[in-house]
Amino acid sequence: MKGRRGWACAPRPLPEEEGSVSTTGLSRRGVFVLQINHIVHNGGLYKRPFNEAFEETPMLVAVLTYVGYGVLTLFGYLRDFMRQWKIEKCQNATEREEQKDFVPLYQDFENFYNRNLYMRIRDSWNRPICSVPGAKVDMMERVSHDYNWTFTYTGRVIKDIINMGSYNYLGFAQNAGTCQEAAAEVLSQYGAGVCSTRREMGNLDKHEELEKLVARFLGVESAMAYGMGFATNSMNIPALVGKGCLILSDELNHASLVLGARLSGATIRIFKHNNMQSLEKLLKDAIVHGQPRTRRPWKKILILVEGIYSMEGSIVRLPEVIALKKKYKSYLYLDEAHSIGALGPNGRGVVDYFGLSPEDVDVMMGTFTKSFGAAGGYIGGKKELIDYLRTHSHSAVYATSMSPPVVEQIITSMKCIMGEDGTSVGKARVQQLAENTRYFRRRLKEMGFIIYGNEDSPVVPLMLYMPAKIGAFGREMLKRNIGVVVVGFPATPIIESRARFCLSAAHTKEMLDTALKEINEVGDLLQLKYSRHRLVPLLDRPFDETTYEETED
Amino acid sequence: MDIKRVKDYIYWLYYQYLLITCSYVLEPWEQSMFHTITVTVVAMVVYTAYVFVPIHVRLALEFFSQIFGGQPESTVSIMN
Repeated sequence: MKGRRGWACAPRPLPEEEGSVSTTGLSRRGVFVLQINHIVHNGGLYKRPFNEAFEETPMLVAVLTYVGYGVLTLFGYLRDFMRQWKIEKCQNATEREEQKDFVPLYQDFENFYNRNLYMRIRDSWNRPICSVPGAKVDMMERVSHDYNWTFTYTGRVIKDIINMGSYNYLGFAQNAGTCQEAAAEVLSQYGAGVCSTRREMGNLDKHEELEKLVARFLGVESAMAYGMGFATNSMNIPALVGKGCLILSDELNHASLVLGARLSGATIRIFKHNNMQSLEKLLKDAIVHGQPRTRRPWKKILILVEGIYSMEGSIVRLPEVIALKKKYKSYLYLDEAHSIGALGPNGRGVVDYFGLSPEDVDVMMGTFTKSFGAAGGYIGGKKELIDYLRTHSHSAVYATSMSPPVVEQIITSMKCIMGEDGTSVGKARVQQLAENTRYFRRRLKEMGFIIYGNEDSPVVPLMLYMPAKIGAFGREMLKRNIGVVVVGFPATPIIESRARFCLSAAHTKEMLDTALKEINEVGDLLQLKYSRHRLVPLLDRPFDETTYEETED
Repeated sequence: MDIKRVKDYIYWLYYQYLLITCSYVLEPWEQSMFHTITVTVVAMVVYTAYVFVPIHVRLALEFFSQIFGGQPESTVSIMN
């Protein structure tokens, strides 16, 4: 342990503590860059450097953000008042006359937020496109004459916008090439789909082929594919756990995992994002105290984590999670929606990235939507698990079987990644994505933006903070022919609004340079370069033991 | 050339003010209302400062000069 400075070092379960911090003054454009090569505390578990940092919100920025929300809220109340007294035309949904005496439907904070805050900058979301969402995309121009309540199309098309917003990690969103040809052939051979479930008449040889291929790709015994990624999570978790079981869920897990956990009826406890101390505390408590009141031991303990968190751009500390899982004999459910294809030297997700064995993860879940340019989800694991799910999971029993052309798209793209199509195109794409990611993240950091997450994660959140800057950033970038996704409440905490770039293997160096140049310009215009190069590695954030005691039993 | 730069700078400052106070996303009539309020508040603060600060500064000066500066004089007067 050398050169650790400043941050607290709390006692940790696993012995080998290792972390190195090197402070290097780089003279690039006179900017002092603090480089943290932080190999986390249980460094012995990691086979590769794990650089993940979250810079704190500057105090002044936080205060100004709250001031901005204050102004918008005051004007929101004024407008609501005017709508109620019919001073202005009320365009939003209201209760019908005969329902006036019922419980109010549109009075909670989310409705207020939608009406009075979101509506003002709504033009930055849900932009209609009219081409394949590859590296470049065509967008339909629209205008609003009533401040974003309604939009009209001008009929013009904005051509060749650099697409920094699609989850197209490996660039398989194409309307030409081998995948498209194969899918078209299968479409003419099998048709668009069988209107039946897998259990009845919908089981085709293509589905069996896909499941065998997915199992081989993941390195697991058996796998199962579903037609909908969201339902894979929300319908399979209830099949795995139930009453008397405990779910330990990361606080930033996706809505589908949250829904699945709630539907299961199991007790849910939340641990701090990617914080292994917090997770271990919960595991220990669960084993020591057992179920509330009866004090019987929990039937099962299931840990729910994601590979890449899509809002923070962080990668799960999988080696540590697996170590904890083994130590406390619980089960691990890993959602690789964003990491499959996008991480690891072979594009096989976060397990491949850390060089671990897929057998250590009990349930491997992922989607075909992002890296494979298709639709649907899968679950992989031991043969007993998959056989059990095949008979017990709602989405396996009742859902219509996947459309054969979609299945073919997945098969071709997956074979391409595995190199089984006889070319090295897939491998090159995986490498290109890794290069793009490192380059893009490094350049943004040098410019002085606050960038969250792991340096290898292709999801790059750039912090905007102030509500007016969300709208301004989206509009200014579109003006400069770059399509970005901006994110605000409720997807993020209210002051941590951000823009989220998603890198793709289809982005060329020139596109990235153009995008970076424009981002730099807009960053200067909107004063977004908040970073003071004071990085706080996530694990070393102060961990307050009182924060999760509100979990109800 | 210089005038243009000054103009640009003033416009940039105004833009930052719009962004930080979120008046950037307000509708024109709301914006004018917001600007009126801000201008009024700022004007009143400046005017109040102009009227009261000199008086308070003078009083403070007198007070401190009595504590530190006025001491020997008064002892002399008692001696007499």
